[in-house]
Amino acid sequence: MLSPEEWGIVALSLKVGGVAVLVTLPIAFALAWMLARHRFPGRVLLDALVHLPLVLPPVVTGWLLLIAFGPFGPVGRWLESWFGVSLMFRWTGAALAAAIMALPLMVRAMRLSIEGIDRRFEGAARTLGASPWHSFWTISLPLALPGVLAALVLGFARSIGEFGATITFVSNIPGETRTLPLAIYSALQVPGGEAMVTRLALLSVALSLGALVLSEWLVRRTHGGRAPHGD
Amino acid sequence: MAIDIDIERRLGDRTIAVRFIAGPGLTALFGPSGVGKTSILAMVAGLLKPDRGHIRIGNRTLFDGAVDLPPEARRIGYIFQDGRLFPHRRVRANLLYGHDLADPADRWMTLDEAVAFLGIGHLLDRWPHTLSGGEAQRVAIGRALLRGPDCLLMDEPLSSLDAARRGDIMTVIERIRDELKLPILYVSHDRAEVDRLATEVVTLDG
Repeated sequence: MLSPEEWGIVALSLKVGGVAVLVTLPIAFALAWMLARHRFPGRVLLDALVHLPLVLPPVVTGWLLLIAFGPFGPVGRWLESWFGVSLMFRWTGAALAAAIMALPLMVRAMRLSIEGIDRRFEGAARTLGASPWHSFWTISLPLALPGVLAALVLGFARSIGEFGATITFVSNIPGETRTLPLAIYSALQVPGGEAMVTRLALLSVALSLGALVLSEWLVRRTHGGRAPHGD
Repeated sequence: MAIDIDIERRLGDRTIAVRFIAGPGLTALFGPSGVGKTSILAMVAGLLKPDRGHIRIGNRTLFDGAVDLPPEARRIGYIFQDGRLFPHRRVRANLLYGHDLADPADRWMTLDEAVAFLGIGHLLDRWPHTLSGGEAQRVAIGRALLRGPDCLLMDEPLSSLDAARRGDIMTVIERIRDELKLPILYVSHDRAEVDRLATEVVTLDG
C-alpha cells in the first residue's frame, strides 16, 4: 500500500516522535510536579514559559530555536565546541522542535494527574515507615501513572504532527527532517502528488485518532477500577 | 508504656491545646466533632507539627523543642477513619507495606499471625475497592500492627460501618487492647463506643 519512500517517512516520524517524548518525559514530569506541589518565586513565570509554545506561532518557536541552536547561537556554539554536535538540518533537531511543542501538553496532562493524587495516601505511607522518597516511588508515582502514560501518548501524537517549528528550524530534507506533515506539504506542491497526500493524510488521521482513544482510555482507568474504597 | 502528650497548635482562628498522660489500655479522646481530635492524632503521628509542647512514648521523645522525628521514625500505627488502603496494591501488599520497611528488631507480629488474629486470610489477593467497609478496616488494622508499632492511633474507625460490623471491629479492638496489650489512643464522638472500649477518657470541649 505504501511505497518504500513513504515507509521511510513513517519510520522517520515515529523515530522523531518517540525520541522527542522519551527525552521530554522526565523533564515534563519534574515541571508538572513542581507546578502542582510547590509554591516558589517565579512559579507563574515558569508556568507561562512552559505554556508558551502552545500559543506562540510555531514558526516563531522554530525561529527562536534557530537563533539558540544555530552555528552562532549560544547553545549551538556550545554543543558544537564541546560535543562536536549540531542539530541543524538533522533529525535530532526535528525531535527537539517536536519536544518543545509537545512539552505544554505533556505537563498539563501530568499536572492534572498529580493534582488528582489523594495526598492522604502519602501521609499513610509515612506513618507506615516510608521516607518521602520511598513514598514518592511506591505511592505517588504509581497513582499518577495513568496520567503520565496519557501524557506520553498525547505528546507523541503532537510530536509526529509537528510542522511549523520543524520546517523553520531544520528545514524539509528528505530522509532527515521530512516527517509526515512535511512530506504531505511537499507532495501537495508536486503535480500528481494527490495519491501520496491521501495515503499519508489517512495515516496521520489513524495515528492521531488511535493516540487520542488510547490516552482517553488511560485517563479513565485512573478514575475507574482503581478508585479508593467507598467510591 | 505511657504516652505523655502536651501540645498546642493554632489552626486558623482556633487553638488546639491538650495535655494528658495515657497509660496502658485504650485512652479515648472524646468530644464533639470539630474540636480538633483528628489534629491531635496527626500531631502524635508527625503529620502535623505542634507549635509547642512535647510528645513522648515510654522513654522515647517524638517531639519537643529540640526533637521532631519524621512520621516514618515514630513507630506508630495509624488507623484512619476511612481505612485508607492503597488502591493500587492488593490486600497482601497493603499489609506488608510497613512490615517490609520496619527494622526487623521492631517487628513483633508476622503476616501469618496478623492474618489469623484478624481472620482476613481469604482477602489476601483482593483489591481494596472490592472489600466491604468492615473488611477494609480489618486490613487497615493489620497493616498498622505489622508495621511493628509501639502504640496505635485510631481515628473514629467505626464511623463508616453499619451496626453489625461495628460490633465485630469493637471485638477486634478489645483483643488488641487486652491480648496484645498495645496502648491505643482512640478518637470518638460516640458515647456508647467510648463506654465499651475506653480504659481512660480524655474529654475535649471546644
